[in-house]
Formats: sequence, C-alpha cells, structure tokens
Amino acid sequence: MTYVKALRCRECGREYPQGPAHVCEFCLGPLEVTYDYQAVRQDISRGAIAAGPGSIWRYQALLPVQRASQADLGAGWTPLIKANNLARALGLRELYLKNDCVNPTYSFKDRVVAVATAKALEFGFDTLACASTGNLAAAVSAQAAKAGLRAYVFIPADLEPGKIVGAAVYGATLVSVQGNYDQANRLASEVADRYSWAFVNINLRPYYAEGSKTLAFEVAEQLGWRAPDHVVVPIASGSLFTKIWKGWNELAEVGLLAGQRPRMTGAQAAGCSPVAAAFATGSWDIRPVKPWSIAKSLAIGNPADGHYALRVARESGGYIEMVQEQEIAQGVALLARTEGLFAETAAGVTVAALQQLANRGKIGRDEVTVAYITGNGLKTQEAIAEALAPALVVTPTLASFEQALAGQIPLSDRSPKEEVKNHTRRESFQK
Amino acid sequence: MSSIVRIPTPLRTLTAGAREISVNSETVGACIAQLEARFPGLGERLCDERGELRRFINVYINGEDVRFLAGLATPLCPGDEVSIVPAVAGG
Repeated sequence: MTYVKALRCRECGREYPQGPAHVCEFCLGPLEVTYDYQAVRQDISRGAIAAGPGSIWRYQALLPVQRASQADLGAGWTPLIKANNLARALGLRELYLKNDCVNPTYSFKDRVVAVATAKALEFGFDTLACASTGNLAAAVSAQAAKAGLRAYVFIPADLEPGKIVGAAVYGATLVSVQGNYDQANRLASEVADRYSWAFVNINLRPYYAEGSKTLAFEVAEQLGWRAPDHVVVPIASGSLFTKIWKGWNELAEVGLLAGQRPRMTGAQAAGCSPVAAAFATGSWDIRPVKPWSIAKSLAIGNPADGHYALRVARESGGYIEMVQEQEIAQGVALLARTEGLFAETAAGVTVAALQQLANRGKIGRDEVTVAYITGNGLKTQEAIAEALAPALVVTPTLASFEQALAGQIPLSDRSPKEEVKNHTRRESFQK
Repeated sequence: MSSIVRIPTPLRTLTAGAREISVNSETVGACIAQLEARFPGLGERLCDERGELRRFINVYINGEDVRFLAGLATPLCPGDEVSIVPAVAGG
C-alpha cells in the first residue's frame, strides 16, 4: 500500500487524483504528492526502517509507489563519510559527506529515477524519457534497460563526452539537441505533450522528485536519527534542494525526528547562478540566464524550482552561495586530496561553497554540517584534466627519474620517503 | 499571415481541444489579450493580477524565451511560432 493522498498544486492547493500529470489544470502551478501523515506515523518506526532493504525502499512509506519495481537497480543507502581531513582544512569541527557517487549510474539521479520507473510501470507506460544535463540521462537509460522499456533522452549537444557515453551505453536513443539544457528541456516538454511517454522529469515529475527526499532520510538515520545543523546542496533546478527540505519536515511530521531542522544552503557556480543572484539581492523573482558554467550538471538557466529554493534557504536560515568558475576544479581537487573522493564538477561547486562559507563564518565552526556529493568525478574528467597534468615526465631510466625529481623538490627537503609526503601535502593545501 | 500559438494540454479544455491557435497580434501581450477575448479564462492562467507572466509559465517565440527578449512587449511577426510551456524541473 501507499500513503499517498493526492497530487496537490503548490500554488493554489487544488487536489487531483494520482496520474501522469505535473501541472495544475487551473493555474498551471506544479503538482506535488501529499501523504496521509497520520497513517504513516502509526505504521512507521525506526526499527522497521532498520530492518528494511539497503536502498531507498527502506523509506517506502514516504514514497509514492507501493514497492520497488522488479527491475530496480538498488539506488540509495549510500555512505555518509566523516570527513575529518576536509573539516580540518576548512576549520570545521564535524563535517560529513553524503557520497552519492556510488549509486548504480554514479549519481543521485538513480534515486529519483527508481521512483519514476516504478510509477511508469504502474501507469503502464512502455517508454521512459527525460531531458537531462547528463546524470539523469544515464539513470533513465540504465533503468529503462533493466526494465525492458524503450528510452529517449534529450541532452544538450555540448555535454561532456563521458556523460554521453555513460548514457548511450545502456541503449537509450540519445536526442542531441543543438542548444543548451533549457532548450532541450523545452523541446522535451513539447514532445511530452504529443507522445504518451513517461518523461520522468515532466509528466512524472511529482513522483520522480519525491525520490530526492531519501537523501534527507538517510542522513538523519545515519546520524543516529538526528538532523545535522547545516547542509550544503548543489542547485540546478532547485528540485533536489527543496525535496531534501521536505524530507526533514516529513521525518518530524511522522515522529522520527524531534523538531529541529537544518539550515539549508545551496551552491551555484558563477556561470549559472540565477538562484544565488536572486538570493543576494533579496528578490523572489528568478531572472533566467544563459549558462556558461563548466559545472554542466548544474547549468539550468531557468530553474523551475528556483523560487521554492529561495523560500527554503530563507526560511531555514541558510544561504544560496555563488562560487567562481576557477574554484570548481580546485574544489574537486581539494575533496580528492583530503578525502580520497573523486567527484564531478557539481561537487567542486559544493566544496568551493563550503570553503567560502567557512571562511566567511557563515557556517559555524561547531555546526554539524553535511555536504551532498551528488555525482562521480569520472563523468567530468575533462573539466579538471588540464590542471592535473603529470608532475614528472621521464624516460624509463632511473637517471631520468632522479633528474626530474631533483628538479621538482628543493635540495634542502630531500631525504628518503618523508619528502614525497611533504610535497603532496603542500600541493593539496596551497591551492 | 498570422502567428501560431501552441497550447499545452492543461489549457486545451479552454480552447475546445485545439492544440494550435492562429493569432494576428503585434506583441506577445496583445496575443495573450486576443486569446483571452476568444477563450475567456485563458489570460488569467498565463498572467497574474499585475498583468505579468506567471513565474511558472514560460513563453517562447521560435524557441527563444521571451524573458530574454522584451517580455510581453516582445514584437510578433507573421509566421512566428509561440509556445506556452509550464515550468519543468529536472536535471
């Protein structure tokens, strides 16, 4: 069974029965899933969740489908890493990383697509589709392959090669759109209006988006059923950010968390920062932009949930932080060199924002902080490759190696073993 | 020659199911006024009390968001295609 009550318009509050619809027929506002929280409260318990599957489905009572589909790939229940090295580098006391790089297609999108696919099968669709900045394309394509569904994914033509391969390999039909993501998404919306396909981020959006709440549920459970003080989340459309907020609120609503909720801070890069710009000026209006960021998975110039993201940041006492483009690769490197975690450019934005927040005192030293690392670094290697050319280039002789090494390290530092270690550390923290 | 306006599914209850409507208007704003005159109720779905486009409604002319042009004052030329698309989150 599910505890879903209805689809409800976020703007005018009109309710609709469950179906493949995402827009209020009256005011065209976005629809959201509502639940019978009283019933959930009676049935849910920390023990039952702990005994559940090691995936997002341990929180089925707060998801809009009865169960995982037969073709589920097992997204979720990813590690929460205590990041002592990064914390030290940033001057924070207690920092955790939610590592969503290890999902089946290496990003958090597997969570939302798992829910959308189960719902698509329930509604009887035979084709899965989406518009994507890359990660969603891979998740939809893989999940469709496993479920035996056809798949069409609409991507901007200039996507990173790794993301194109990472989606195409599963057999989806890639529709490469000569334009940016917003244009691909607009085209997909018009296609969705004409073909009866399950577009996970369009006609299935209300269900799909619910999958992101599990990123709040898991962190709360992994911290021993408490909410952190502050979380930092990358923002593209704003959907992930607002759903993580909904997650904390629901846990409180059904009695799994005491009232306290974290401050919610979002991160955007200078090359696409419409939500951060509105936050900075105190505005409620998001002015769309044409993105040029290297963090392509965040490059949504017309963020549909941007307004709601502003509301969440302001209501929770958080911020929407903007970081410079050149800080993205440094953020990726800092994360890799302190915690051994190679994440994509979106995480570079998140880590750079974290650093900026710590430097400016916007994150308190004693705040228990969680940063969401939403995608794997192997997807966006070219964004940082240039900065990471090999330090030593040698012919295969010991003499050549020692000559190169001598050129790299000052004479005074040269004693066995220790020097290499010193060198590595210096590089990581001077950036 | 007139412009074509593509109507999204949720609004077709107001247009008697029509997917595309021909209009003769000089601007996007005038186009919406003309739609309202022919299909009462359509205008308030697209614009708020101040007469501004609702924030979760996107209007495109030949694929370009009018907010990158002149908004409701954006001129319409014969043969232009106007798309009305509700905002869609994603990624």
